[in-house]
Amino acid sequence: MAIDAATVRKVARLARIRAPEARLEPLARELSVIIDWIEQLGEVDVEGVEPMTSAVQVKLPLREDVVTEGGDPAKVLANAPLAKDNFFVVPKVVE
Amino acid sequence: MSDLTSLTLKAAVEGLKARRFSSLEITQAHVQAMQAARALNAYVLETPDKALDMARAADERIASGVAGPLEGAPIGIKDLFCTEGVRTTACSNILGEFKPTYESTVTTQLWRDGAVMLGKLNLDEFAMGSSNETSAFGPVANPWRAEGSNQTLTPGGSSGGSAAAVAADLCLGATGTDTGGSIRQPAAFTGTVGIKPTYGRCSRWGIVAFASSLDQAGPIAKTVEDCAILLKSMSGHDPKDSTSLPVAVPDFPSFVGRSVKGLRIGVPAEYSAPGMPAEIQALWDQGVAWLKDAGCEIVPVSLPHTKYALPTYYIVAPAEASSNLARYDGMRFGIRAEGRTLTDVYENTRAEGFGEEVQRRILIGAYVLSAGYYDAYYLKAQKVRRRIADDFAKAFETVDALLTPTTPSSAFALGAKDTMDPVTMYLNDVFTVTANLAGLPAMSLPAGLDSQGLPLGLQLIGRPLEEGTLFSVAGALEKAADFRVKPRAWWRA
Repeated sequence: MAIDAATVRKVARLARIRAPEARLEPLARELSVIIDWIEQLGEVDVEGVEPMTSAVQVKLPLREDVVTEGGDPAKVLANAPLAKDNFFVVPKVVE
Repeated sequence: MSDLTSLTLKAAVEGLKARRFSSLEITQAHVQAMQAARALNAYVLETPDKALDMARAADERIASGVAGPLEGAPIGIKDLFCTEGVRTTACSNILGEFKPTYESTVTTQLWRDGAVMLGKLNLDEFAMGSSNETSAFGPVANPWRAEGSNQTLTPGGSSGGSAAAVAADLCLGATGTDTGGSIRQPAAFTGTVGIKPTYGRCSRWGIVAFASSLDQAGPIAKTVEDCAILLKSMSGHDPKDSTSLPVAVPDFPSFVGRSVKGLRIGVPAEYSAPGMPAEIQALWDQGVAWLKDAGCEIVPVSLPHTKYALPTYYIVAPAEASSNLARYDGMRFGIRAEGRTLTDVYENTRAEGFGEEVQRRILIGAYVLSAGYYDAYYLKAQKVRRRIADDFAKAFETVDALLTPTTPSSAFALGAKDTMDPVTMYLNDVFTVTANLAGLPAMSLPAGLDSQGLPLGLQLIGRPLEEGTLFSVAGALEKAADFRVKPRAWWRA
């Protein structure tokens, strides 16, 4: 099995998704099925092949480094779970 | 005038322009059809007031002689497109009651051209699924049922709501998005037409991101020509999407009906998977025969890396998704769950807000990108992806388009997913995912019914930016197939 419960715990932590202890083993089995299946890519000879990062080769465009839009805190905060005085209110970060 | 819902988009736009009926009339007819079809669960948000307001404005523009190419035509929008002031959820709980303060580029262009919005359409959560069953709003029911059966079937996914709404005449056309087959597979399952254009043809700005190097918007509609009309409005360069291509938009509708005589059509040997149902093979053979009759030359081709496309996809797509979906942290929009520390809040919000399949894909993505595995999985997949794209480039040296089946089966039952392992479900996209990896335009159109009376689709794949050729070939196939069957309206309240 490619992935064990400890690995799931670590990856879930990296992804910031709470994974209850009871789910770790079943998740490890599910993810292993997928990873085992993916392993078949090992058969492909990719010697000297450049990785493909985009479907269409275009030079990424640059724009002038100027302000285009902004200055609308009401819009920015419109969907905030919690906001006050034009700021997002978030849980305490610094002890 | 309930007949107005059975019109094609083209006939509707012509009728509106000739003032045989008003946008208010055709919009009202669609609102009624939509409200009477809640059993299908195709719309997750109906916007009848907005629709009628937009229809009145369209009627005024028609009266003053400034009608756009879609003026007054009511359409549905996949709930992955941000619509200003109208709830947009990606059919995920994590977005809660999110109301964008901006409009996606694609929908902006549709409204610019006069289209009317009926509502937001159901999809698999964050477009991750092939059966619409991962939606937080529950699955869509396929308007089609097998002959003599009352069993509810999947409309496919992820654009299941879009495909079902078009098949059941609940809109004249709909937007979809396609990351691994999410326009073409539902189109095939519902007897509708869908096209995923070349990567970069439609702006991704304002569309909830799944896998950025694969995502592309496109239409689902009743006919090939309707798809061409919609795609023309949806396409075009947008400086707000750096991958949007700065190229002119051809007059796609003018390609439909052109002669296909002398075109070379490739038939890839690798798409004839062992265990493929005889009916699918028969349909494919029929498609080849139709194109021969239309004067095409059929050329056997080989795409040797086809079998590696799905495993490649299931590295690239989850990796990009795990990165894209990092933004759902409960701080700036969407839901926020309680927790003792900041990390607790993140972890609880994401565990509560994301469904099972989305969590699975984020975990896969985080795993393949994590330290020590990046080269083995992600980098390797990016290299295999180039091999797959190179196969196509080689084939297109000798052929103008490729013909394949769209899916390995017709629509399956809702609930079948529960007995399938994830990989079996993923295999649904075996014929469609290659075009996403290579960035090529690809289209599905209905070509016949299977022995249970369910629609089956044929797929055409084209060279980059040659959607026009696809529209010509699809037009020829559509004419030969003469697919006019509609599902029986069992859902009508």
